Amino acid sequence: MTRTPLRPLARILSARANGENPDTIERENLRLRHEELRDRSRNRAEGRLLLLGVAFFMAFTIIGGRMGLLAASQPEEPRAAATGAEILNQRADITDRNGRVLATNLLTHSLYAHPKDMVDPGRVARELAAIFPELDAEALQKRFTDGRSFLWVRRKLSPEQMQAVHDIGDPGLLFGPREMRLYPNGRLAAHVLGGASFGAEGVHSAEVIGTAGIEKALDARLRDPAKGTEPLTLSIDMTVQAATHEVLEAGMKMMNAKGAAAILMDVTSGEILSLVSLPDFDPNDRPQPLVGAKDDPADSPLFNRAVQGVYELGSTFKIFTAAQALELGLVNPETMVDANAPMQWGKHKIKEFQGKNYGPLLSVTDVIVKSSNVGTARLALQIGGLRQQAFLKSLGFFDATPLELVEAPGAKPLIPARWPEIVTITTSYGHGMSASPMHLAAAYATIANGGLSVTPTLLRQDRPGPGNRIMSEKSADAAVSMLRQVVTKGTASMGEVPGYAVAGKTGTADKPRPKELGGGYYKDKVINTFASVFPANDPKYVLIVTLDEPVETSGPEPRRTAGWTAVPVAAEVIRRTAPLLGLRPAVEFVAPDALLAANAIDE
Amino acid sequence: MTEMVYGSMPMAATEPVLPRWWRTIDKWSMTCILVLFGIGLLLGLAASVPLATRNGLEPFYYVQRQAFFGGMAVIAMLGTSMLSPDMVRRLGVIGFAGAFFALALLPVFGTDFGKGAVRWFSLGFASVQPSEFLKPGFVILCAWLMAASQDLNGPPGKTISFAITLTIVGFLALQPDFGQAALILFAWGVMYFIAGAPMILIIMVVGLVGFGAMFAYNSSEHFARRIDGFLTPDLDPRTQLGYAANAIQEGGFFGVGVGEGQVKWSLPDAHTDFIIAVAAEEYGLVLVLCIIALYGTVVVRSLFRLMRERDPFIRLGGTGLACIFGVQAMINMGVAVRLLPAKGMTLPFVSYGGSSVIAAGITLGMLLAFTRSRPQGQIGDILFKRGR
Repeated sequence: MTRTPLRPLARILSARANGENPDTIERENLRLRHEELRDRSRNRAEGRLLLLGVAFFMAFTIIGGRMGLLAASQPEEPRAAATGAEILNQRADITDRNGRVLATNLLTHSLYAHPKDMVDPGRVARELAAIFPELDAEALQKRFTDGRSFLWVRRKLSPEQMQAVHDIGDPGLLFGPREMRLYPNGRLAAHVLGGASFGAEGVHSAEVIGTAGIEKALDARLRDPAKGTEPLTLSIDMTVQAATHEVLEAGMKMMNAKGAAAILMDVTSGEILSLVSLPDFDPNDRPQPLVGAKDDPADSPLFNRAVQGVYELGSTFKIFTAAQALELGLVNPETMVDANAPMQWGKHKIKEFQGKNYGPLLSVTDVIVKSSNVGTARLALQIGGLRQQAFLKSLGFFDATPLELVEAPGAKPLIPARWPEIVTITTSYGHGMSASPMHLAAAYATIANGGLSVTPTLLRQDRPGPGNRIMSEKSADAAVSMLRQVVTKGTASMGEVPGYAVAGKTGTADKPRPKELGGGYYKDKVINTFASVFPANDPKYVLIVTLDEPVETSGPEPRRTAGWTAVPVAAEVIRRTAPLLGLRPAVEFVAPDALLAANAIDE
Repeated sequence: MTEMVYGSMPMAATEPVLPRWWRTIDKWSMTCILVLFGIGLLLGLAASVPLATRNGLEPFYYVQRQAFFGGMAVIAMLGTSMLSPDMVRRLGVIGFAGAFFALALLPVFGTDFGKGAVRWFSLGFASVQPSEFLKPGFVILCAWLMAASQDLNGPPGKTISFAITLTIVGFLALQPDFGQAALILFAWGVMYFIAGAPMILIIMVVGLVGFGAMFAYNSSEHFARRIDGFLTPDLDPRTQLGYAANAIQEGGFFGVGVGEGQVKWSLPDAHTDFIIAVAAEEYGLVLVLCIIALYGTVVVRSLFRLMRERDPFIRLGGTGLACIFGVQAMINMGVAVRLLPAKGMTLPFVSYGGSSVIAAGITLGMLLAFTRSRPQGQIGDILFKRGR
């Protein structure tokens, strides 16, 4: 125990000395100290109580003020769809180059159930099954009564179905707003758009995510909240697309082809105005992909032949060989080259179509016009394999196209692993290496625009930058002039469209036979391609038309060359689309009055 | 001499009880409290009808009950206010012991009325919530202990009272009833503040709480979401808070008219936690400001009267009682206008409640007993230039 000292010690000691009782002194001292302590604490408490009082006063004032503010503001109607509304309409529309809608969003409703709130689950299940044939009343009733508190019934309802469900009148059936992706043009541009489906789903909204095509490739851009609802503008022109689609579909039927593809591209900007692949599908109701082990994915309507289809493109490649030979100064269009067929190269024999012989000598122009394999092979040998590879690489044939489709990066050209001289020879006329029609379109655009590289794109380019120069304008113009002669006097004579000076090159390639069926090539299955440029005097557009296994049967024997199948279809496409593209037909001068004209001749 | 022979009226040593009570009581505060009780009955006429309808009772069943319990509460209040502070202390401490015992027995004998928290004893005709009766007793006990600790050689009252506080908070958190727990903690804090908490400690606690809240906000997603949900300006109009805010807006300045309000039909707690919304909708801002002014008057007047008080026990006890009364009203109304996060707390003396109204009556009776004017040793100041 601590000893407390007696206080005040001096007085106590003196009191003790005088024989007085020190206790009274100590008690008096204690009392005084108490009083002092209490005074101090009272003064302090006084200040703090004042503080407390002021704080309470202020708090009550703030509450009163806030009440006043609230009372002065306008009431707001409680709305059921208040929360989550901002999640809706997050996906931007997609429009064509002129702002016409290709993909948009539509507000529908989903149907879900709170079985705990349900009055009569049995009746609800029966009536729902009556409205939606795909639902089974018994299974539904089982799910309604197994104790769960929430379940989805349907993802999308039409307004009529929604009304019918309303009429059931059960409090346990609830609707949630659900925004769905709508493609108002149906099959048009199906392969470009791809499709969309629901991602994360909630009662108030659901994420819409792209599943294919540009919807998937640019999913992040379309869902970017910073861009809001600013639509994504494609380079596609809806009218041109519709015309191309219609002509190609008719042509595919007429030529008995099992598939077809067409690409229409602007030669300077690389913008794709039309991209059709047939057969196609309705992106509003995307078919299931083929999953069987034996199924060729290329047989699915989902397959985009223009981008994913990698084919040996045949004679359409010959112009690259000719153009490079011109560019390198090895030849000029009139130079005569050895075209004596067949040509023996090692153990290989290079033959012409149907064993013809165009030789012994042909001008470079005629090599292209007559589509001579041997002549092209001679040119390629002059160029050499290394330079040939470099040129094809600069045209984009060695990489997948940078197109804004999710399928594009997967479509890599098939390049021979080694490049001996025989590969140089076969590649020069388009065999041995495979590429997609999209590659071909970009390469032809380079020749057509005077030798500048082109990046194919599906987005509208407002100010396209000039590409890299790949060849001189002179060589490119010479190449276009050769292509023009292919139409005027060569294999593509059916491609002539009055007023639009079509230039182009045909290509017929035998389809490779799968290894399990013996390898090699089919005799009666071909891929026909017509790569065209128009108008030839000032090329603006490239059109590639590819037909898969066509056969033209109007003649005495079936014809399978591109000149008979792909070329007339392409010509019809150009006839229909060129006016839509704003090109004036270059017609010869006709005097306004026949009589005046006759007089003029007389004089 | 005559008186010695014949006997006579014994001379009263002090003034008669009633006149002295009437002379010394804070008549303004008492009037405010009675007016509040009257407003409570008036609002009960509107707000409790839906509840009675839901429970299949006659429309004004709850108004009659409120009038009965309120009458008892007024009697309790007046009776308590006539007691001397010493008597209040004795009864308060005994009452605290009883209430604490009852609180401790809750987990065994209590009922939760299907609300998920065991807070009540069911007595058949009425239910009793021990924590309501505990609060005034607790304040008295703490005030006593703290006042004693201010004496030299006194007990360590602040420490002891803090230990008691923590025990009670623990019991209440077990129920769980965090609102009452916070109220108890707040009452102790205020008394400790008035009893002379060191400023440095207060600053440290405030800083620590702020820092802790920041830490919790940054590290706990749940906590952050609650706070964000509270801070977000737009409100889901289908929640209780949404309905309350909507009712206040509908009411405007003068209300939609007696009995015309709609919010009482949508809110399950219209007669208790959200009675202020009913008042705002039917009678408008006028009545709400009136109610706020009444509460403000009681609290602020009491605090100012206590400033002059020299007895530390009375000062501390009065402060604690006034503060729990005021803060409860403040929290209730602050929630309705979204100044504070949602927390179920009744509006004392106005909200419907059986035994809790009686407890509120006792609380206010004690407060009135403490704020009565009594000699404060001014003579001593004048004569000796010092206090008692």
